[in-house]
Amino acid sequence: MTDLTLDRTLAPLRRQRQWKLPPVGASLAILFLSALLLAALAPGLFTRIDPLAIVPRDAFQPPSWAHWLGTDQSGRDIFARIIHGARQSLLIGVAATAIAMAIAITLGLLSGLGGARVDRALGWLLEVLFAFPSLVLALLFVAVFGSGVGPLIVATGLGGAPGYARMVRGQVLAVRNAGYIEAARALGHPTSRIVLRQLLPNAMRPLLVTLTMGVGQAIVWASALSFLGLGARPPAPEWGTMLSMGRDFIANAWWLTFFPGLFIVLTTLATTVTGRYLQQRLEGRLP
Amino acid sequence: MSDKTLIVEGLNVAFAGRSVVRDLSFTLLPGRCVALVGESGSGKSVSARSLVGLAGAKAQVSARQLSFAGHDLLDLSERQWREVRGKDIGFVLQDALVSLDPLRPVGKEVLEVLQTHQYGDRQSRAARVHELLERVGVPDVELRARQRPGQLSGGLRQRALIASALALDPALVIADEPTTALDATVQAQILEVFQQIKARGASLLIISHDLAVVAQLADDVVVLRHGEVVEQGPMQQVLSQPRHPYTRALLAAVPAEHPRGSRLSPERAGVHREARARVHSDVLLEGRGLGKRYLGPDGLARQVVQGVDFTLRAGRTLGIVGESGSGKTTLARIALGLLQPDQGEVLYRGQPWNRPANAVSEAVRRPLRREISVIYQDPLGSFDPRWSVAQILDDALQVAGIEAAARPARIAVLLGQVRLPADLAQRRPLQLSGGQRQRVAIARAIASEPKVIICDEPVSALDVSVQAQVLDLLADLQDELGLAYLFISHDLGVIRHVSDDVLVMRHGQVVEQAAVEQLFERPAHAYTQRLLGAVPRLPGSGAALVVPPLDLEHEAFHLFDETRLWKIAI
Repeated sequence: MTDLTLDRTLAPLRRQRQWKLPPVGASLAILFLSALLLAALAPGLFTRIDPLAIVPRDAFQPPSWAHWLGTDQSGRDIFARIIHGARQSLLIGVAATAIAMAIAITLGLLSGLGGARVDRALGWLLEVLFAFPSLVLALLFVAVFGSGVGPLIVATGLGGAPGYARMVRGQVLAVRNAGYIEAARALGHPTSRIVLRQLLPNAMRPLLVTLTMGVGQAIVWASALSFLGLGARPPAPEWGTMLSMGRDFIANAWWLTFFPGLFIVLTTLATTVTGRYLQQRLEGRLP
Repeated sequence: MSDKTLIVEGLNVAFAGRSVVRDLSFTLLPGRCVALVGESGSGKSVSARSLVGLAGAKAQVSARQLSFAGHDLLDLSERQWREVRGKDIGFVLQDALVSLDPLRPVGKEVLEVLQTHQYGDRQSRAARVHELLERVGVPDVELRARQRPGQLSGGLRQRALIASALALDPALVIADEPTTALDATVQAQILEVFQQIKARGASLLIISHDLAVVAQLADDVVVLRHGEVVEQGPMQQVLSQPRHPYTRALLAAVPAEHPRGSRLSPERAGVHREARARVHSDVLLEGRGLGKRYLGPDGLARQVVQGVDFTLRAGRTLGIVGESGSGKTTLARIALGLLQPDQGEVLYRGQPWNRPANAVSEAVRRPLRREISVIYQDPLGSFDPRWSVAQILDDALQVAGIEAAARPARIAVLLGQVRLPADLAQRRPLQLSGGQRQRVAIARAIASEPKVIICDEPVSALDVSVQAQVLDLLADLQDELGLAYLFISHDLGVIRHVSDDVLVMRHGQVVEQAAVEQLFERPAHAYTQRLLGAVPRLPGSGAALVVPPLDLEHEAFHLFDETRLWKIAI
């Protein structure tokens, strides 16, 4: 029983997994994202100013104590607009990624499990989609179905789907041949159960990280579409739209474009840093 | 050349203050062989690596004396080490596939050693490469030297690695588990190469967990356990009259030396199972004329299984033995109903269980699946990495139709049956040792109260003493639960220990099938005889090593292993 006794002595050592604080960068990123989430849920906590209130005499105020990030051409408070826009931007980012993932899981599973012919057909489809830059694909969709937040979300989701589908397919193919899938078959589990309870969760695990980063990516794309006037309509507070509106005044009032842009950059940066951190943590534990 | 003696005195190795080797001393004279023996974690590999300065940057190596041919080996700079390595000391690593550059032809690999140490001119180097590869028994040298490691069989790769270690005729050759991953006949050929190295006057330091291999080569043996020397002395003495209980336990654990029914692990050695009467029990699983072919990566079809019949009776063990690529695993998958044969059929209790072209649907098989379980070589890979031991067993019990409320109690019973403490249930397989993992796999296999368990190399990845415990456990469970085993192994010793009947496979065909005593005492087929002759034996256990002639044809076509093939074929 040598291995047993040895293992008993080692067990407490192995179980004590020290929970260390994330490194500074990751901590800041997680803090920023949490604040952003809070802003999306309860913007009133951060500012009492109405983001839509037009005050003509306050137009083009530079950042000051009264207006932390200045005001725009109609005298609306930019800080309030950014805080209120967080909900919109996060919603677009998360919803678009969810749509992309749903499509990707469907295609990836079909491709990975449907047999050689289905795989080849879907492979072609994905390659065609890949041939278009994602943004062009999204533009096409918006052009056909009109602008607005709903189509914007779907368009951004569609644009991201082929990339995720490739990844899901690869994971499905890898996990499909894993010993535990065969063991589950040998135990007599029905195929549907194996797919839902073992194949899918295990295939998705490494993709969680990619998803976190994907949210940031989707926010950038959605902002880009809004900037082009294809997303949220003014005066709704949305970061991309704010960028677009401020463009005309960039020479005289830099804060109109700078702060919404800064928040887009910071959000993307924060999701990427958080994603990387999660990746390191999760993969450290994987076999 | 007068005194190429390796002197190791009081060697200590530690990693970050944790001592892994303590006070190791031995002297290796020219033309002699010392073997470091021990199980994983005993510190034998680290010791060997310390002798060539490869213990790693974090290792703290100290010794009263560490010298070779009068030169101090302690405190050499990396530059000085490079001078010594290859030239004075050749090092053969365990796994030739990962030790050789996959993109470089093996001839280049050998050539590089010569270039590094500025051996001769271009032509003499080329001639030397040829000579070396020939000397280690690589057939068709011109062709092989141009091939990459992936295109060579395990035996050929190992030989190429040995050739590069021998390139400059080092006076000392260190080999770390040089035959561990090899089939019996290939292993015998590699041992022959090492015998020749010794005969040419070089000294040999061999690291192995396999006492039978050690018995073939070593003059002196050092037995290590947890970094400490437990016994040291001449090979004959240590292996025939071991003094330390650990050495005795290691020897007792070698399955080949112990007939069916005897215990292997020390705490229950001496408890003999009653020899089972050879009554004709019911036929449970039966294969008839099974055939399977795969399309290889080169587009050529390979007949992996051909015309195989087998019969497994209730409560008995059918051993299937063969070298890698013989079709054993494919046969197991067909027997399990996970892979359909191209020809023939499998019957379970007289009913069709698996036939070509989906003639028996999974819906028919599923209710019966709980009666046929499986244990794999790699238990870790057969567990969902997200699950704890309790979840793994709970899942198996659920398929077996056990109510959710009754499962926790059953899990505790199962863990008891495989001799694991109940508090292990909350751990993940990653936190368990190899032996514990295999016990969990066995617990899962018996969860559904099966009649048949198909064991695919269940002990091949385990240390010999752990292997002994697992084999004993399987034997106990067979008695307690009346299980029938279809037991697949490349290890003849294990097969002899566990089987009632044995089926010898080669190139997908059954070459011989007989009761275990008959097969091992009077093998009828030439291949079986050769296979048995290639098994290294401990001193005093009868037949000496018979080295079979090189089987070039077998080597040359031995390129693809089965597992890789079926993954492509799915």
